Amino acid sequence: MSGTALWAAVLAGSLGCYLLKLAGLSVPAAWVEQPWVARVVDFVPAALLAALVAVQAATSGQDLVVDGRLAGLAVAALALALRAPFIVVLVLAGAAGALVHVLAA
Amino acid sequence: MRDGAGLGLAVGLYGAAFGAAADAAGLNLWQTVSLSALMFTGASQFALVGVLGAGGSALAAVGSALLLGTRNTVYGVRLVPLLQPRGAFRRIGLAHWTIDETTAMSLAAPNRALGKLAFLVTGASIYLMWNAMTVVGSLGAAALGGTARAALDAVVPAAFLALLWPRLRSTFPEAAVQRRVAVGGAVVALALTPFVPAGVQVIAAVVAVALAGRPRDVDRPTAAEEMA
Repeated sequence: MSGTALWAAVLAGSLGCYLLKLAGLSVPAAWVEQPWVARVVDFVPAALLAALVAVQAATSGQDLVVDGRLAGLAVAALALALRAPFIVVLVLAGAAGALVHVLAA
Repeated sequence: MRDGAGLGLAVGLYGAAFGAAADAAGLNLWQTVSLSALMFTGASQFALVGVLGAGGSALAAVGSALLLGTRNTVYGVRLVPLLQPRGAFRRIGLAHWTIDETTAMSLAAPNRALGKLAFLVTGASIYLMWNAMTVVGSLGAAALGGTARAALDAVVPAAFLALLWPRLRSTFPEAAVQRRVAVGGAVVALALTPFVPAGVQVIAAVVAVALAGRPRDVDRPTAAEEMA
């Protein structure tokens, strides 16, 4: 992707995210606190973050792939379940990914 | 105070992870720093570079960042009674720091004055830490070789999982429903991957919110409880 397109994404995304924040402080609370709006906003992060986990761990372009990233994810899930601190989770995931890369080379 | 230090450390590490992920996605240092300074909301920033890194279009990247940014609107609504921003300038300034951490810290404060102070102190320290560590992560990642790259590739999905994890824990309101929606989102994204342009499957995964069903007739939890 060209540098211009990347800049466009950076600036448009930043402006949009800022306006979403400003809207919360500016619009009447009743607009945002309708049950359906609240319901959707409560669950959008779970759907999107899970989609990003899956896409980042198991796809490459339009292909489904299995590589070190999936091993890293499994290790991360185990570490999170054991309530490991954030840095430990990331280091273990990175180590697992690197190990698979070395073994597969 | 101890909460604050722990939060600062976690935010710093996330900032470095973000800088590294942005570099891996092909953003240069200035683009990466601009995101942390101007967008300043971690999950949206990670989503934007995640979609770009997966080969997605700018539109898909911005779309997923905005969808994740909607929760800051709700935080703003909850903060108005506490911050009572008078005048457009106050509002414009306070809006930039309306994120997960500042909302959690200020709503957890025992009274309005401390809540406002907590918002400002948390906002200022996170803003500095987040931006400084973004630079460190971006510069650090640029110096990596092949095996370290593979490690970084594995760190990015793990970082998304760490962002998602607190919502799936049994202490989170309606955790079972959150889990159902999360599994649905992942399945939709993977199923669509071979058929749609990169990045579009992430936005399409938002349909999994339908699995949450109708709004419940219960008191809504506060943001502080959600973040606990």
